[in-house]
Amino acid sequence: MRQMNIKALNKTTKSNIVTYGIVILAYLIMEILMRAGVVSSLLQGLLVPLCTYVILAVSLNLTVGISGELSLGHAGFMCVGAFSSAFFSKCMQEVIPVSGIRFFLAILIGAAFAALFGVVVGIPVLRLRGDYLAIVTLAFGEIIKNVVNVIFLGKDSRGFHISMKDAFSMGLEPEGEVIINGPQGITGTPNDSNFLVGIILILITLFIVINLVNSRTGRAIMAIRDNRIAAESVGIHITKYKLLAFTISASLAGVAGVLYAHNLSTLAAQSKNFGYNMSIMILVFVVLGGIGNIRGSIIAAVVLTLLPELLRSLNDYRMLMYAIVLIATMIFTSSPGGQAFRERYSLKRLIGQRKETKEAE
Amino acid sequence: MMGFISYLVNGISLGSVYAIIALGYTMVYGIAKMLNFAHGDVIMIGGFVVFTTVSGMGLPPVIGILISVVVCTVLGMLIERIAYKPLRKASKLAVLITAIGVSYFLQNVALLIYGSNTKSFTSVVSITPISLADGAIIISGETIVTIVACIIIMIALTAFIKYSKSGRAMLAVSEDSGAAQLMGVNVNATIALTFAIGSALAAIAGVLLCSSYPALTPYTGAMPGIKAFVAAVFGGIGSIPGAFIGGILLGVIEILGKAYISSQLADAIVFAVLIVVLLVKPTGLLGKQIQEKV
Amino acid sequence: MKKALSLLLVCAMTFSLAACGSKESGTTTPAEDNSQTEADAQPEGDAQPEGETEAPAASDGAVFKIGGIGPTTGGAAVYGIAVQRGAQIAVDEINAAGGINGVQIEFNFQDDEHDPEKSVNAYNTLKDWGMQVLVGTVTSNPCIAVVEKTHEDNMFQLTPSGTAVKCVQYDNAFRMCFSDPNQGLESAKYIGENGLATKVAVIYDNSDPYSQGIYDAFRAEAANQNIEIVAETSFNSDNKTDFSTAVQSAKSAGAELLYMPFYYTEASLVLAECSKQSYKPVFFGVDGMDGILSVENFDVTLAEDLMYMAPFVANSDDEQVKSFVTKYQESFNEIPNQFAADAYDCVYVVKAAMEEAGVTADMDASAICDAMVGAMTAISYDGITGKQISWEANGEPNKAPLVVQIKNGETIGL
Repeated sequence: MRQMNIKALNKTTKSNIVTYGIVILAYLIMEILMRAGVVSSLLQGLLVPLCTYVILAVSLNLTVGISGELSLGHAGFMCVGAFSSAFFSKCMQEVIPVSGIRFFLAILIGAAFAALFGVVVGIPVLRLRGDYLAIVTLAFGEIIKNVVNVIFLGKDSRGFHISMKDAFSMGLEPEGEVIINGPQGITGTPNDSNFLVGIILILITLFIVINLVNSRTGRAIMAIRDNRIAAESVGIHITKYKLLAFTISASLAGVAGVLYAHNLSTLAAQSKNFGYNMSIMILVFVVLGGIGNIRGSIIAAVVLTLLPELLRSLNDYRMLMYAIVLIATMIFTSSPGGQAFRERYSLKRLIGQRKETKEAE
Repeated sequence: MMGFISYLVNGISLGSVYAIIALGYTMVYGIAKMLNFAHGDVIMIGGFVVFTTVSGMGLPPVIGILISVVVCTVLGMLIERIAYKPLRKASKLAVLITAIGVSYFLQNVALLIYGSNTKSFTSVVSITPISLADGAIIISGETIVTIVACIIIMIALTAFIKYSKSGRAMLAVSEDSGAAQLMGVNVNATIALTFAIGSALAAIAGVLLCSSYPALTPYTGAMPGIKAFVAAVFGGIGSIPGAFIGGILLGVIEILGKAYISSQLADAIVFAVLIVVLLVKPTGLLGKQIQEKV
Repeated sequence: MKKALSLLLVCAMTFSLAACGSKESGTTTPAEDNSQTEADAQPEGDAQPEGETEAPAASDGAVFKIGGIGPTTGGAAVYGIAVQRGAQIAVDEINAAGGINGVQIEFNFQDDEHDPEKSVNAYNTLKDWGMQVLVGTVTSNPCIAVVEKTHEDNMFQLTPSGTAVKCVQYDNAFRMCFSDPNQGLESAKYIGENGLATKVAVIYDNSDPYSQGIYDAFRAEAANQNIEIVAETSFNSDNKTDFSTAVQSAKSAGAELLYMPFYYTEASLVLAECSKQSYKPVFFGVDGMDGILSVENFDVTLAEDLMYMAPFVANSDDEQVKSFVTKYQESFNEIPNQFAADAYDCVYVVKAAMEEAGVTADMDASAICDAMVGAMTAISYDGITGKQISWEANGEPNKAPLVVQIKNGETIGL
């Protein structure tokens, strides 16, 4: 029995090392290729967004896969992280000239604010179940986006001014500066994000999530997911563990938001980047990568972000192709027919490894 | 005061459109237990069919609407057959993602066919507006037709489900599809019928929506679709009177919020009310309380 | 199984990355590029004379590579497509007439879905293609993101329609259209000086820097012109179909003039709503209003007497305009709007600046930029969106705004 446990542990450890390894390997390959100068500008420009989406996918997987709650408001936390950190960086641009320190603090601030919102949203939301939980998270995400869109915040010699109406009614002095300009957001955030920071943040995210999953806490969270009543009956504090997972997930999404905000010089909360569209896109990464499968999330986020860019030559047909790929993949992986097809022609059978039994779930 | 009444009428009119869309959502949810995210885009297709037939080919509006209803019904059944039926036994999330895929697909097909230029939709309603209190309140023909259509649809649908054989089959499937099958109900046909009715309602909603707000683009259906989804949850998803009440309330809250609080925060207010309702009544206004089995 | 699958995916990824890398080295032959240009330039298989686009291939191999960025899918696609088409017509004309200093132009337009992040991706795609000059981007927010990159790379950028002040905040960027404050100021002056109204209601889109920028300047000038703003309502990009409350508040405030600093798509809805509520103030718009008559199936009587600022009038008697409009209609079967006109002028301005600067096709983007920035302030250009347009070093054009009015379904200059 004891031996079995060690064996199982070794197996997960091995699998985790492979996950870290893939990320580090991807970084090294890209660095070497970039040094060699064979990487296109498009791909270079995509590196930071790829890191952002990987972090988002992994963090949402914590909520959806590990904790089993369908959240459609993940982009809202990203929005909180992005705006709080961009605001900080914009204000501190002169005070802290060293970009490394400033960005480090910005990440902490983004993560802290997103975590705070995670708690505030999580307490009421986690009382609900299933589709109702999904719609309420969607609602919270939209509220965050809407509220960010009415914040006008400016700074002049007399200090900060805030308005919910428009930039004009803040009554700034002529030399005052509008920092958050309502729906037009923040412009001129310093471009502090880079690939190395992105990779480090991915590794930290993975470290947090993987360790959580393999800890006592993680097992408690999964027990709640699998059978709430049974978990409760053995004395697991449901709200505490659910809220813990939700908050960590929100805070990691905030980190992704920081990365996003410091990659572009303009930051505005639109439905495309911080609305339900984005939340759904992240969910697509998680589902296609395999619910609860961390490595799958990483790969799906990378592939699905690259796909529309690689399909650019198809012009107007590329989003159509994206839609068809999405539907086809879901039917192929989840329908009984598709599963039978995979069973018959799977790589594993062709290679002749042992039979997979877990897939049947 | 006159202003308030006008706003209220506008709100009820908008709410009626939401209600018709929400009825489609709620029926599909009740039977197939899935969130059909593509529903909003079927509305858009319905609008485009009427646009092509009435404004493009010069057919009378009634024929155009009929064609639109037929096209959407067929489309709804096709979507169900191709994209959703293979996934009937799959996880909820898989179906959700497929529905999102279908939604993207419909939007992009419309974009390729019609281009992105906004089409100005000619209203199919030719009733002269009613002017009350010396013109301080004007109720447009579209408003009247929308409200009346919504009430008729709601009554007809309730009667259909209560008294017709297929309607009762729907109830049975939504209660327990396995047991219904054992009792001789053709589950597949019932689900297909639900999609057909839902899509036909979407076509009508599309026509009414575009008559009131005459701008038609491939993305016209997305936001009303989400709002109607909220309305359905608001009233208790799966419940037909719930969808009706949810839709009307949502429309009224949205318009009054816009008028008296902030036009920017109108959506936030709608969502905030939804959250409060769900926290007090976790299954919506008229939703059924589900007992948890041990 | 999962391991095998993930291994396969990693292989696929590495392969796709390698494909990205090799793409750069593989796209230098002109013939291949040309086929790409052709594909990019002709969405939806529009009837475009084939011979003209193929012209570059016949040249001695040296070409100028001009890139364009704008939304051709998504909610703002109408503007991007207009720019793409307008620019394509100018490129075809120039190539047919022998090119710039005898060198042909290749034009490649990339979609950005009106999203800053996608816009930067599009810019990088064009850089991989070997772009030397950028005509774009079409919409303001993405433009602000891209101008940061062009500034880093020292790439010459001329935006046809990025109106926000920050779009041209760097030396390498210029614009073809009016800036937002300029239009707001001019329209307030026009209303005040012609005594059109003293009580004005405003509806504006506060998620659009364009609309917000114009309105801010309008409001600042209104006080000087003895104009009272009695009602103001804002909407945003997620919430722009229901204008019943906005119109109603303008009506109940007794406004004599409704100022509409936004695009014609929303304006058509506002006008329809006003007619529904039997509200008939003076309607005054800005250059975004251009195109309202070409909204498919729009009831033009709703727009009767509408006044707006316009740099471009499609039915003008000007020879250049006539020729452009005819070609555009032949190719795309619709009347061009101001975006198409601005883009058309942009390509010609690039040509004029290139000729002035004497750049050659073998120069790199940065050298071309340095030469062209100097040339931009020296040229004076006669185009379809204005005559004798010159540029300040800050990137702003000097051109006279024109007010037009719609009468009997036609636009006439005032």
